[in-house]
Amino acid sequence: MEAERCLSQLGEGQSGIVDRISAEGRIRRRLQDIGLIEGAEVVCVRVSPLGDPVAYAICGAVIALRREDARQVTLRREAGKTQGGRAAEGGRPWA
Amino acid sequence: MGLTGRSTGWNVIEDGLTVRKEHPEDRVIALAGNPNVGKSTVFNRLTGLHQHTGNWPGKTVTNAVGRCEYRGKGFLLVDVPGCYSLMAHSCEEEVARDFICFGGAEGVVVVCDGTCLERNCNLLLQTLEVTRSVVVCVNLMDEAKKKGLEVDTALLSRELGIPVVPAAARNGKGLDTLLAELDRLPCAGVPEPPVRYALWAEEVLKAVEEKLRPLSLRGLPGRWVAARLLDGEESLWPAMEGFLGFDLRESDEGKAGFAAGRERIEAQGKTLQDFRDEMAAGLVRRAKELAARAVGRNKGDPTLRDRRIDRWITGKWVGFPLMLLLLMGVFWLTVVGANYPSQLLSQGIFWVEEQGAALFRETGCPEWFVELLFHGVYRTVGWVVSVMLPPMAIFFPLFTLLEDLGYLPRVAFNLDRAFQKCSACGKQALTMCMGLGCNAAGVVGCRIIDSPRERLLAILTNNFVPCNGRFPTILTLIALFFLGGAATPFSSLLSAALLVVLLLVGVGATFGVSRLLSATLLKGVPSSFTLELPPYRMPRVGQVLVRSVLDRTLFVLGRAVTAAAPAGLLLWLMANLQVGEVSVLTWCCGVLDPAARLIGLDGAILVAFILGIPANEIVLPIILMIYTSGGMLTEPSGTETLFAILTQNGWTVTTALCTILFSLLHWPCATTLMTIRKETQSIKWTVAAFLIPTLVGVLVCFIVARVGSILGM
Repeated sequence: MEAERCLSQLGEGQSGIVDRISAEGRIRRRLQDIGLIEGAEVVCVRVSPLGDPVAYAICGAVIALRREDARQVTLRREAGKTQGGRAAEGGRPWA
Repeated sequence: MGLTGRSTGWNVIEDGLTVRKEHPEDRVIALAGNPNVGKSTVFNRLTGLHQHTGNWPGKTVTNAVGRCEYRGKGFLLVDVPGCYSLMAHSCEEEVARDFICFGGAEGVVVVCDGTCLERNCNLLLQTLEVTRSVVVCVNLMDEAKKKGLEVDTALLSRELGIPVVPAAARNGKGLDTLLAELDRLPCAGVPEPPVRYALWAEEVLKAVEEKLRPLSLRGLPGRWVAARLLDGEESLWPAMEGFLGFDLRESDEGKAGFAAGRERIEAQGKTLQDFRDEMAAGLVRRAKELAARAVGRNKGDPTLRDRRIDRWITGKWVGFPLMLLLLMGVFWLTVVGANYPSQLLSQGIFWVEEQGAALFRETGCPEWFVELLFHGVYRTVGWVVSVMLPPMAIFFPLFTLLEDLGYLPRVAFNLDRAFQKCSACGKQALTMCMGLGCNAAGVVGCRIIDSPRERLLAILTNNFVPCNGRFPTILTLIALFFLGGAATPFSSLLSAALLVVLLLVGVGATFGVSRLLSATLLKGVPSSFTLELPPYRMPRVGQVLVRSVLDRTLFVLGRAVTAAAPAGLLLWLMANLQVGEVSVLTWCCGVLDPAARLIGLDGAILVAFILGIPANEIVLPIILMIYTSGGMLTEPSGTETLFAILTQNGWTVTTALCTILFSLLHWPCATTLMTIRKETQSIKWTVAAFLIPTLVGVLVCFIVARVGSILGM
């Protein structure tokens, strides 16, 4: 079986669909509040110069998360599209 | 993130006001919105520049309050801190939530960013769940248009059943309509819940709401209270209890409601966690749906430009050098630009002093009184104003421009890794930036940090960033001892560079101490971290200049009166009262001298730092006053004279270096200490905030002094 993919594994320009959040308590709600709910599309837009945190396009905004937190967001199994600066179909136009 | 124009308008040091209605007819309107949506612009446009900070009863917070009129009716606008959600995660968000939910406002304006509607809808929908008395202001419509986005506000209005006003607040567009809609509040009609959750969750809500029906909820919608009852959001309850007058969770109805809800949830094969997830997910889904229908895109990718800029600003190789260069540029402009106005101001101020003193003498005032008033109090105030005002009036607008541009969150983004290593929060970088202007403002700014532990770290270390008040002393000494005193364009560039180096020492101390504290007093692991990188935006240069220069002038003048005037009085008394043969001041210097020598200073310098607690700005003048054994502060004089006075009193390069370092690393000023006391609600941490930088400073200066004496400098 293929290992689970999580948000922190996305490289710059890659996208994914949120499956579930494994964090609990306030962090969980925080991540949900910024739009990381089941089925939401996320695009990794920028890795900070020191490698952490990473900025993601979520719900039309760019939000930076630490890898530690991003690891708690599991993505759906199907491979995200690697985008060369183009928007995904029906999704938000981040690249 | 709370770096709105308001929280860094640097006028956040509260004065304990409450929302007072000067006119009983006035209606209180809360102005809410995500950070960085131009909320403060809307506020300032509506209220004019007559903003003052104030509290509302119950909690010490700063909600700016301003008044405006429309067709003879008054509105009292309360500028609530920016927040993303009513599920508060930081102190600042808590303040916002409490005011929106329980502040008793008669209406709420939710300001949204037209370029980022989906994100903004979350807060809007949550607000609508609490109150229907809402007007939406979709701001930045001009920006949205530029990006090829079209927002259908009429559709939004139909969907939500509330007025939605398109606006471009920077140009004053749409604000009249906004006022007209406010005037019409509350709007009629049967309220339709703004968010429909999954059917099973709706059933749960209904069951709980039913149980709560007998209670008086003072106007809060039963549906909302029902959801919160199951939500498990702890921080909400004290405020809720204060508002309702009883603890809902402990009431019979509340208990019954919770039990009924739980039963319903389980009956449908779900868990409480599922329900909580659905409460969050329903909002996000609805926001997405609204944005998808109301926002049309007629150009390509509207964010392409931002991503291109980010490639540089947060670039692996470019990001950090660019940061230092920008900082140096800001310092350089401050140094160069402040020179001339400073001289002019001091001439003017001292002319007034002479004339005033002469006038008072003529009217027959006793000589000691004239001396005390003019050479004691007035001169100190004059010093602070002439030395502080020009650099601040230049530094702040420049900084505000960087902030408005959207640069500061990128600094936090670049630096977060380093903070993470110290178990601290990257947003601390933002509070440090604020600290550059004023440490007290920086300490208040720490409210944007979610975790209490990390917030405390940021508060305790904020003083390691030299504030504007310390620049003049540091810059003067750099110019005298390290650049030979010559004032060429090159030397000012060099002193800006040296200031950056010094700042890096302060940043190093911040990291070191944060790390140490995280391992000892404030044990813990880094908590979660979310930071928005807002779109880049062209600042309105003119507006920024006017506003921050005005803000700064008021701030410096206020501070000069409240801090420097009493200090001046004390100073004059100490210099003119005698203990045996010498003045109290000289006597103090003698007592402290041996200790001060150990850390490379002398008695006079240490006394100056101690007397400078109310206002760091007067440290150098006090030193000079003691040296020249005058009973008053000396006038700011030419560089050669200054250099001569200092060297005659035994100053070496080591002395200058130690003084500069001690200026960077010593106790916070009185205002900052009071702010820390207020923010931490703890004497213990206030004392810690005093001792930590002082100990670091003593240690560093001791080492430098030893090395200096070995090298014979």
